[in-house]
Amino acid sequence: MSEVEEMLKRIQGHKGVIGIIVVNSEGIPIRTTLDNSTTVQYAGLIHNLSNKARSVVRDIDPQNDLTFLRIRSKKHEIMVAPDKEYILICIQNPSDN
Amino acid sequence: MPVAAKPALKKPADTMSSQGIASKKASKGGKGKTPRGKDMDDMSEMGEVGDEWMQQKTMVKPDDQLELTEQELKEEFTRILTANNPHAPQNIVRFSFKEKVFKQVASVDQLAIHFSLDGNMLHKDSDEARRQMARGGLAEAPSEPTVAEGEEKAGEAAAEGGEGEAKPEGEGGEAEKEEGATQTAPAAKGGDTKKLTNQFNFSERASQTFNNPYRERGTQTEPPPRVNFSSTANQWEIYDAYVEDIQRQEKSKEKKGFRGQQESTSRKKISAIESQGDDISRIEKPAKILERMVNQNTYDDIAQDFKYWEDVSDEYREQEGTLLPLWKFSYEKSKRLAVTSLCWDPKYKDLLAVGHGSYDFLKQTRGLICLYSLKNPSFPEFIYNTETGVMCLDIHPAYPHLVAVGFYDGSVGVFNLTEKLQEPMYKCTAKGGKHTDPVWQVKWQKDDLDNNMNFFSIGGDGRVVSWTLVKNELLCTDVILLKLDESPADGGEGTQLFTLGCGTAFDFHKQTDYLFLVGTEEGKIHKCSKAYSSQFLDTFNAHNMAVQSVRWNTFHPKIFISCSADWTVKIWEHTSNMPLFTFDLGSSVGDVAWAPYSSTVFAAVTSDGKVHVFDLNVNKYEALCEQVVVTKKKTKLTHIEFNPNYPMIIVGDDRGYVTSLKLSPNLRKMPKEKKGVEAAKGPEVEIAKMDKLLSLVREPPPEKK
Repeated sequence: MSEVEEMLKRIQGHKGVIGIIVVNSEGIPIRTTLDNSTTVQYAGLIHNLSNKARSVVRDIDPQNDLTFLRIRSKKHEIMVAPDKEYILICIQNPSDN
Repeated sequence: MPVAAKPALKKPADTMSSQGIASKKASKGGKGKTPRGKDMDDMSEMGEVGDEWMQQKTMVKPDDQLELTEQELKEEFTRILTANNPHAPQNIVRFSFKEKVFKQVASVDQLAIHFSLDGNMLHKDSDEARRQMARGGLAEAPSEPTVAEGEEKAGEAAAEGGEGEAKPEGEGGEAEKEEGATQTAPAAKGGDTKKLTNQFNFSERASQTFNNPYRERGTQTEPPPRVNFSSTANQWEIYDAYVEDIQRQEKSKEKKGFRGQQESTSRKKISAIESQGDDISRIEKPAKILERMVNQNTYDDIAQDFKYWEDVSDEYREQEGTLLPLWKFSYEKSKRLAVTSLCWDPKYKDLLAVGHGSYDFLKQTRGLICLYSLKNPSFPEFIYNTETGVMCLDIHPAYPHLVAVGFYDGSVGVFNLTEKLQEPMYKCTAKGGKHTDPVWQVKWQKDDLDNNMNFFSIGGDGRVVSWTLVKNELLCTDVILLKLDESPADGGEGTQLFTLGCGTAFDFHKQTDYLFLVGTEEGKIHKCSKAYSSQFLDTFNAHNMAVQSVRWNTFHPKIFISCSADWTVKIWEHTSNMPLFTFDLGSSVGDVAWAPYSSTVFAAVTSDGKVHVFDLNVNKYEALCEQVVVTKKKTKLTHIEFNPNYPMIIVGDDRGYVTSLKLSPNLRKMPKEKKGVEAAKGPEVEIAKMDKLLSLVREPPPEKK
């Protein structure tokens, strides 16, 4: 229980991390370190993308499954770790400070 | 009608009344109208006529007859006979919609029907009649005899006029007979055989029943609960459904077979409920993945280096190599504890175990076991806190979740990584024969004959102990005692006192199971066998100070290496008493290790913070690489381990940090390939390589070998 909390805290405190969002299977954010509007936006958009990506992987081979998804943009990187019930989203400014 | 007909009839009767109808006279009485007056005239005439042959008839005068004067009686009335119906109205008016005015109809229908009677007769040739005949079964028969009759009549006529009488008469008679017969036949048929349905005057009898009044009744029900369901049918959804089905089937089979294992299922249920109850714990796995991803990002360049960096400058430096620093593993709570042991996990290639404790005799605190993954250098995967310092640890080669640990207080324990306990799964007690001095090394062995796992430990009390895991306990067996002298002192009463040395290191031979080496604090190395518990097979006077580490060569079965606090590293052949190679490293050597990929490469760490890497194939006298790997001075390096899979080493220091370094290509040299010949790899090659080396170094060998 608390291990997970600690883990999330560690991630949040890691170098370059802007924020973390935990989204449930319906696309509703349950935990976030960002402000409301951003959270809602990210949650909705990423949730769809993650499902689509998973669908792609599984359609090609149903025994396969999506482990994680990274979207690297000019400004930062969005990392998505999907699960059966939850999706974890993290936005980080990689490498350069 | 007869009443109405009277006056009308009277008019034609007027003309006919001259003939006289006696009966009508009588009926005329009672109506005194002018036409009667005329009748009276007629009557009088008739009376006169009748008088002739009738007896005298008195004139009867009705009482209410009009009294008319003779003049009036003689008055002539003109009566016109028209075909007009006196009862027909003459002034029928109709509304004309065209002119929006009431208009008198020009001509009025003057037909007066006196009597009508519906007859029963049908024309013979009409459809209905034919149908009836057909039903009667006569079809055209009636018409035939009539035709025949006509013919016969004609025939008769002709016959009478002509030939013999008999035939025509007969025929006529026949015809008549036929006629008669046929005539009677239909009559009879009409009457007897069939009841023809009445086609003429139907009488429909209908009755209006009483209609029950309607009443509407309605109830409103609760609408059934509705849920919107939507889904996509993909290949993987179908696959998932099948997989679930199979699992369910298997479960049901298991339940049928193993009903006795309800405990385990109940335990599983409990754990399932627990895991469902708390939302946050269910994202443990994705959180872990995310953490690794974040770390990968942060340490991206290190990861890239680890994978791809090859020091190009090695091409120009023949006998030199470098070590590239990669990740540095640390945990905040371990920062004051020295790294006392390192171990790579045999199964999970990225997992390494670090034992923390203290080498300082005076400052003894708690200990720590951390297991790190290369994928997450910022935080350990597993952490175990112990009360006493951890001096050594070893991961079981077959069961990577079991870690054998030796403590500073002399006890040993086995940790199970799959369980979340902070306590070791097995721990030996004082009664159970734990060491009385710190345990310097532990090593897993092969499962014994009963398939129980066991491991060996060597402690400062001079005992080499074998521990067996039996159910929930650790059973100990003394394997050997490290006796100092060969000659025991007398302890009085026939007992023999031994002074035991202090064992600091041991290593088991890779091929011959029972053979192992023990290093002692006195600087000696003993070659022992598991079979002989009282005697050593051989002893080497290896060093002047404590032997820190002893290791058999990875490939060559006869070579081993030892390092000591007396600044030296020595390489031995176990059959000979003299070291083959000796290296002076300038500082107390903490640990030495053979490379897993070559029989001639080894590395050593010293307390001045340097790592020395040697390749005997390249340079027999000097290190290929001598590098300071610690940032702060005065950090002693305590342990070193080669990674069995990747070209990297990990080095532990006494500040609690574990540094990983990548070996440059020069340090990983394989024998050069001759053109056209495939490079042979494998133990034999390595052995041969070593042998070649040895032959150069070795003095002409005595024949004992």
